[in-house]
Amino acid sequence: MSDTSMNQPAILNLFGRMGRYTLTRLERIGDATRLGLHALVLIFVRPWQGKHFVLQLYALGVGSLIIIAITGAFTGMVLALQGYYTLAKFGSESLLGAGVALSIIRELGPVLGAFMVIGRAGSSITAEIGIMRVTEQVDALEMMAVNPKQRILLPRIIATTIAVPLLIALFDVIGIWSGYVVGVELLNVNPGAYIAEMVAKVTMHDIYGGWVKSVVFGFMIGMICTYMGYRSEPTTEGVAKATTQAVVIASVGVLIMDYILTSFFL
Amino acid sequence: MIRGENLSKLYGDMPALSPTNVRIREHAITAIMGGSGSGKTTLLRLLSGLEKPSSGHVWFRDEEISAISENRLYELREQMGMLFQYSALLNSLNVYDNVAFPLHEHTELDEDIIRTLVTMKLEQVGLRGFEAMMPSELSGGMAKRVAFARAMAMDPKVVFFDEPTSGLDPISAGVITTLIKDTTEKNHMTSLVVTHDVHAGLAIADHVILLWQGKIIAEGSSDEIRQSDDERVQQFLEGRPDGPIPFSRSTTSYVDDITHKPGTVRMEA
Repeated sequence: MSDTSMNQPAILNLFGRMGRYTLTRLERIGDATRLGLHALVLIFVRPWQGKHFVLQLYALGVGSLIIIAITGAFTGMVLALQGYYTLAKFGSESLLGAGVALSIIRELGPVLGAFMVIGRAGSSITAEIGIMRVTEQVDALEMMAVNPKQRILLPRIIATTIAVPLLIALFDVIGIWSGYVVGVELLNVNPGAYIAEMVAKVTMHDIYGGWVKSVVFGFMIGMICTYMGYRSEPTTEGVAKATTQAVVIASVGVLIMDYILTSFFL
Repeated sequence: MIRGENLSKLYGDMPALSPTNVRIREHAITAIMGGSGSGKTTLLRLLSGLEKPSSGHVWFRDEEISAISENRLYELREQMGMLFQYSALLNSLNVYDNVAFPLHEHTELDEDIIRTLVTMKLEQVGLRGFEAMMPSELSGGMAKRVAFARAMAMDPKVVFFDEPTSGLDPISAGVITTLIKDTTEKNHMTSLVVTHDVHAGLAIADHVILLWQGKIIAEGSSDEIRQSDDERVQQFLEGRPDGPIPFSRSTTSYVDDITHKPGTVRMEA
């Protein structure tokens, strides 16, 4: 028997496994999309979920304020430091304000802000819904004629879609302000030049691009984290696994979507 | 009222329920009994519409609940209640809000009336005065009694009880058993009780279904079940370790397995 014929089953097996893996992933993407859209359609169906939406908005938004403020502040400070030493080599320190603002508004604000929300709120969304599955609370809602997609998933998806852009706006403001403090107060950049260059170089197009990214990221985080919790295996290990996967998938998803959106908005 | 035709359920390749025909009598208590893993809870979840069957149909009156729209299913569920094995109280709500939950969701009743109804339901289960407690502060038995009060909040026409007495002390179990019997009679309810508590099941049931390995092996009134000459039925009722129903589920030789190298598992068809 030749080497080729001996290797054939192994290669077929490998292709078979790859095919099955791809089909399973595609099936999950389809299931997540269907579940998320199903939940979103229920926004038009009574009973309205206003109270639950506000509760989620509070938990997600207010609960993430401090971590977003700290991350925004240190990102702006590091950017100012790094930017100053690079720009100083070309004698362009006056461009520091524009550099910090553009980096934060276009890229770092949406991406780092989204990462912080995933870590702080996305993981807790998945874990909370997963635990509701383990303890049969989701089934209890079903049996009490309350649609869990409308009660559990919808308010969380809407809340992340609204809270994330607001948190990222806060991240941007704090980041730019802390960049100003480091640049002007610590590194003696001219304050007028810092502000003037920032105002001149940052356009509405940049702000709009950052805003679109933050809305898309917020929606993605809501969809992924609720789906992973809702479809988690109803065991302790299943919930832990779903939470980890939700953080990983949402984070990678944000990076991939960031590239796609950046290529559109450049 | 509720019936299943050729119902079966597979989890992956594992059959949890073999094709089964079942009819739940109206205004009566039907007990589904059987050992662990016999398919009792699976049958209950299929009949309540919580799971879709792998094959067969479930009928609620003249509607096939495994085929109707989600909205229609929720409408039908307003006439149903369910007591879950582990209570399934909503963690974020206190006892009062848990019991009042279905009333808040599905009625326009004034809060004063809801408060009165909740107080009545809690009095029924002996927990009046515990309204402010959170589920995490309740013992297993108390949680089950709160869940019972919640299942009864809307005065449902059909109630599903999944192991209502498991994990309860004898007095609490007795209270729950009596409550199931009394409320079924007074409210003309249809009750479906899944239990492996032989004493409680036979005491309250008008009709008993006995399952083994996902199949119905006996069906009839409590007396008919008691007098059954099926060895499997008698073994289950008497709780005998030896008989046609094996305690061990292993399919491999015990001697072979323990003399095998540690850490290896031998699977045989």
